[in-house]
Amino acid sequence: MKTIAIEYLNKKRKAAPLAVFRILFGLLMVVSLIRFWHYGWIEKLYLLPRFHFHYYGFEWVTVPGNWTYLLFIICGLSAFLFAIGYKYRLCIITFFLSFTYIELMDKTTYLNHYYFVSLVSFILLWLPAQVHFSVDAWRDKSIRSEYIAQWHIGALQLMMAIVYIYAGLAKLNTDWLVDALPLSIWLREKGHLPLIGQLLDERWLHYLFSWGGAIYDLSIVFFLMWSRTRVMAFIAVLVFHLLTKILFPIGMFPYIMIVGTLLFFSDDFHTKILKLFSRICAVDYKVFCNRICYIGKPRYRRLSLSVLTGFFVIQLLFPLRCYAYSGNLFWTEQGYRFSWRVMLMEKTGYANFKIVDAVTGKRFYVQNEDFLTAFQQKQMSTQADFMIEYAHYLGDHFRAQGHQNLQIFVESYASLNGRKSQVYLDPDIDLLTLANNFKNRDFISPLYEN
Amino acid sequence: MKISIASICFFSLMVIAMSCDDNPGESTMLTDNFDRGQMLDFWADEIIIPSYTAYVSALENLDSEMTNFYADPNVDRLNNLRSTWLEAYLTWQDVSMFDIGRAEEISLRNFTNIYPSDVDLIHSNIERRDYNLELPSNFDAQGFPALDYLFFGLADSDIEIVEALTADDVESYVTDLVTRLSNLSKEVLTDWNSGFREEFIDNSGSSASAATDKLVNDFLFYYERNLRAAKVGIPAGVFSGTEQPNLVEGLYSQVYSRELFLRSFEAVQDFFEGQSYDGQQIGVSLRQYLDDIRTSNATDVDIAGLIITQWEEVDLAAAEVGDSFREQVIEDNSKMLALYDQLQAAVVPLKVDMLSALNIQVDFVDADGD
Repeated sequence: MKTIAIEYLNKKRKAAPLAVFRILFGLLMVVSLIRFWHYGWIEKLYLLPRFHFHYYGFEWVTVPGNWTYLLFIICGLSAFLFAIGYKYRLCIITFFLSFTYIELMDKTTYLNHYYFVSLVSFILLWLPAQVHFSVDAWRDKSIRSEYIAQWHIGALQLMMAIVYIYAGLAKLNTDWLVDALPLSIWLREKGHLPLIGQLLDERWLHYLFSWGGAIYDLSIVFFLMWSRTRVMAFIAVLVFHLLTKILFPIGMFPYIMIVGTLLFFSDDFHTKILKLFSRICAVDYKVFCNRICYIGKPRYRRLSLSVLTGFFVIQLLFPLRCYAYSGNLFWTEQGYRFSWRVMLMEKTGYANFKIVDAVTGKRFYVQNEDFLTAFQQKQMSTQADFMIEYAHYLGDHFRAQGHQNLQIFVESYASLNGRKSQVYLDPDIDLLTLANNFKNRDFISPLYEN
Repeated sequence: MKISIASICFFSLMVIAMSCDDNPGESTMLTDNFDRGQMLDFWADEIIIPSYTAYVSALENLDSEMTNFYADPNVDRLNNLRSTWLEAYLTWQDVSMFDIGRAEEISLRNFTNIYPSDVDLIHSNIERRDYNLELPSNFDAQGFPALDYLFFGLADSDIEIVEALTADDVESYVTDLVTRLSNLSKEVLTDWNSGFREEFIDNSGSSASAATDKLVNDFLFYYERNLRAAKVGIPAGVFSGTEQPNLVEGLYSQVYSRELFLRSFEAVQDFFEGQSYDGQQIGVSLRQYLDDIRTSNATDVDIAGLIITQWEEVDLAAAEVGDSFREQVIEDNSKMLALYDQLQAAVVPLKVDMLSALNIQVDFVDADGD
């Protein structure tokens, strides 16, 4: 077993796939950040709200006002620079930190693919993606290499595999497989689309998409790994992701995944791409083909191997933490985030907060739009941790106004995947007595099927 | 060879998908058994445009009654003026929820019906003469609430009111207010009739910026904020803990707050049920849309039924309150609170069940999902 591991770690392959991934991933990030800015989302999502929802343990992350724009510039610039491989290490670290900071500013905007970007840039920071076809390698002969260790690419492939397979496993539930939910709710509303619009109302199509999606997620990595099925698998990748792109507002995610699947292609394929890039940039590609295999300092190699091993152990275990909690996962969302649970539910909620003076019994209700944006209200009204944090914020707000003996209760209702709305949080519990932590949230009312 | 085919597929599909990127003006294609486009047609042609047309003519009546009054000011003509004011105010309740297009751009609702009026501001405007009614700082010195004060609260008796209204400065202020209401209403109606109708109907997609999503959001916002909260909840002290009888709609005329509320509630119900403005036909509506989904879906929840049943409770509770909400709050607020509770109880099926079933995007959040 040990020898197999050592043998694997000593295997070489060309550095071209990693270089191609670095370039395409970096450029996609640039596009995605520009797009974010262009749509005015920096202002809408970060600057306009008067209050932001924090991740547990990251309460210290705050929105730096108008400096947020600078943060995006730094992030975009570092993405561009690591894409071309200029001062790679510095830039990928800067990108990882700035991007992750942006994502931590408000959990209202949580998306699995932002998390994926953070993780991939973390992995990249330990890989020698700059030794081939980069500005750094062009200028510095000592790092210039044609080959790297196979596990350098294997690490990114493993990340892709984790995403797909966990996303596939998450689809194996009754709503998805037996009732084709939530896809049947979503697809029906897309009847206005050209060509496919007509079909989207058909029940069989909802099942086809549900089952097809689950099978795709579970199996695509294996078909990509096998050279004989790779081209077919890649066509499936394109059809799947671009279809989701057309049907759902999922932004850059499809492109990121498409670029990711290229990691499974052969060295030859990537060499051809780099030759094409060389022609476009008028660079002599032969310079990089020096037959040298990048080894790096042994200490650094050991460090990166152990960090990444630890990282993947966590990645494999973290999505399973939901099993430590009771109740329906989609309903309580305990252990839902950071687990590759993508497009699994249509959940809508409503939360009405009641402020009570425990001594006089005087009470009044809060108008959420006075404090939260529409987007924040939407996210808050279906997730218990948001409600608790918001209640504490309301508590501070009204205490500062001179209210005393505060208690805050919430009348909340949610509807999950077409079920009739039902009570979400226990309406008789004072939210100020609750704190956000990893304990089981037994104050979430159980989900009743109806 | 295989590789180049794959890469051609890749880039061409990439281009196709890119060109679909969040395009707000999506193309129209009429399909399936429920058609958002037909619903938009009906809303525009049978509800919204007729409502605005009626509103514009109600304001024209107000304008001409005002001219009559100033031609020969007396108590009879004051009463005529008041009744055309009331008629226009009631008609306003029919259009208020359609905060879309030009109405939204010019913040029609803010310039028309912010209450309570700032009486001091009204008087200082009248004295200073150089007021600018287009400023947001003058929201609460104009519109129906300001006229409510001027026609009913300017003095203690009708004779004194007639006298006060005929002061030169006051006359020009009243004229300005009425003219402004009338001009704003015409601006919106003209916009609907000269291109916005088509734009509205063509925008039949299902993104947050699509017309259905936008108008349903407006509708729910109106129900929650303007009907439930402003007309009933706020005066009853639901959001402050203390009764606030002076925050009712129609504070100075007193006796019309219930009538205004009922008209607004009726407009909400008609919109939901697809009742045309002339009352002659029932068209494609949210109710039908929900029923259609119910029949084509495995889960069997009668959302439209829930909403309509709950609204019947609202009617019953509204029958218990007096014509003057101010008096009702002061004398027996529990009935106001009961009315509020019934209005509130419909919010959950509307905002949770209906939004979820129709897959309506939340207001203006065209952000990504996953």
